[in-house]
Amino acid sequence: MATIAQPEQPQTRPTYAEITRDIAATLGSPSRGYYILFGFVLLVLACGVGALLYQVRYGLGVAGYTPPVMWGVYITTFVFWVGIAHSGTLISAILFLFRSAWRTAVYRTAEAMTVFAVLTAGLFPLIHVGRIWYAYWLIPYPNQRQLWVNFKSPLVWDVFAVTTYLTVSTLFLIVGLVPDVAAVRDKATGWRKKLYEITSLGWRGTDQQWRHYTRAYLYLAALATPLVLSVHSVVSWDFAMSIVPGWHTTIFAPYFVAGAIYSGVALVVTLLVPIRKVFKLQRYITVEHFENLSKLLLLTGMIVGYAYAVEYFIAWYSGNPYERASFYNRAFGEYWWATWTMILCNGALPFLLFFRKIRQSIPALFVLSLFVNLGMWFERFVIIVVSLSFEYEPYAMGHYTPSWVEWAILAGSFAWFFMWFLLFAKNFPTVSIAEVKEIIPMPRKKGTHA
Amino acid sequence: MKQPPHGVLGAFRHVDAAADAIRSLKEMGYEDFTVYTPVPNHEIADAVGHKVSPVRLWTLFGGLAGVTSGFAMTLWMSYDYPIIVGGKPLGSIIPYVVIGFELMILIGALATLTGLVFHAWRGTRPAAFDPRFTDDHIGIFVPCPVERRPSVQQLLQSSGAEEVRVEG
Repeated sequence: MATIAQPEQPQTRPTYAEITRDIAATLGSPSRGYYILFGFVLLVLACGVGALLYQVRYGLGVAGYTPPVMWGVYITTFVFWVGIAHSGTLISAILFLFRSAWRTAVYRTAEAMTVFAVLTAGLFPLIHVGRIWYAYWLIPYPNQRQLWVNFKSPLVWDVFAVTTYLTVSTLFLIVGLVPDVAAVRDKATGWRKKLYEITSLGWRGTDQQWRHYTRAYLYLAALATPLVLSVHSVVSWDFAMSIVPGWHTTIFAPYFVAGAIYSGVALVVTLLVPIRKVFKLQRYITVEHFENLSKLLLLTGMIVGYAYAVEYFIAWYSGNPYERASFYNRAFGEYWWATWTMILCNGALPFLLFFRKIRQSIPALFVLSLFVNLGMWFERFVIIVVSLSFEYEPYAMGHYTPSWVEWAILAGSFAWFFMWFLLFAKNFPTVSIAEVKEIIPMPRKKGTHA
Repeated sequence: MKQPPHGVLGAFRHVDAAADAIRSLKEMGYEDFTVYTPVPNHEIADAVGHKVSPVRLWTLFGGLAGVTSGFAMTLWMSYDYPIIVGGKPLGSIIPYVVIGFELMILIGALATLTGLVFHAWRGTRPAAFDPRFTDDHIGIFVPCPVERRPSVQQLLQSSGAEEVRVEG
């Protein structure tokens, strides 16, 4: 599985000095293209912020909510971004516990993506509730009315799960970064040296520091692993705990977790393809890494496809007329196009990954990853909007069309995510220096490695 | 103000040479030397003779404090202002498992970080450093008085140090 230390290709194995040099070279002054891209991202973000301010000024009426569909694009996008966040922890923590060597070259990108995705997701419940200045009501704090939050509500569980996830994934990213920042600190000059001196927290790599560091990293990974499974389970219970047909099923937690990892791995592929090319990291992020990621995509994609099939089967097998009607409506009702986009992108396209040629073709994987994320956004749209629009009483059914404000805020969320990611990619190592070195044996005097 | 480091600093390219030097230093009775490595290494850790890090206790007690406070908070708040919601008992343990679990992870992780900072940065001895030690060299700094420096220099060199220099 290890990709760098291949005994039959000794010429491709970089030395420690080359690893530091190559990864430190990804930092430094950005090119013109970077500034153009960054400017575009800021422009889109400004549109999103403008739309949000408009909504704050005039109220939630400017969103397209139509009873009974009172959860729309915002909650869909919230679930989408929380889902994206999951593969980061899978790759950084779960594969770390499984001692999977190939993760070393790709986990930093995945982990940074996780933090920025949760940072994006966390905005949406606030945007969705309208009066964002009352967001602190979600937190249990002593107040004049002596009221506490309702801990039996899945929405409060969400507050705890998502804030814990943001905190722990940020800690995990920062702890992983410290030795790498120290390595680039010792190569950097000017204001960057100052930045790295502060952010490396005086790391020197002493035996005592490594002794405590390796243990702390292991325990953080051990804590992050059940956390990642719990967070999307809790998000799924936002739906599964209510009695809406299409939501009230026990399959939701594993189904959401698999979908989350699926969409997250797809975004990791989307991000790694340009990073590898622009930063010239072909030596570190190899085709084998992409092949391993695509195997993860194939596995989770098949679980998701299976979950779709089970949902339909149970809707039929349960004999419950409301469930049957809800699922018939999904496939053949007003929103048939959303359902079939979801089934095509998530249920059918991943089967292409059975072909090794596709798994090893980076352009094909890039395109496929875009389709997967399109499909995963539509999956949440179908689950949330389509189920709400078609509940029990025909007179209470409705149709929801997102407004321009919602589309602008959705676009702004992508810009917000990419703004953070672009800032990160140019200022901190997107490939872990210490961990890539770690899978290469240290040189020995009497030895096997020169 | 920190005292400037006084002693001998050796830079090694080979891990087995550095491990030999560490073992020889321990045989000579040195205990307060500092070893720098670009990556964690078992051979070096074994030579230095580390015990298991106490960070694990921070994780354990942090996690226990988190889960206890999660259940205590939800139960106390439920009875402090009793409102029946959805016909469920005031203190419903099952939904509170989620809060207890999340706080166990949160406080456990924060305690782990605190433990790491406390142990890894606490009481660091003043020791000479070279930027190569975060890149591709292993460093050993041995604090020692002037009269013992030649023997330490000799030891590091004979173990295979690429460079040995006197600091302070």
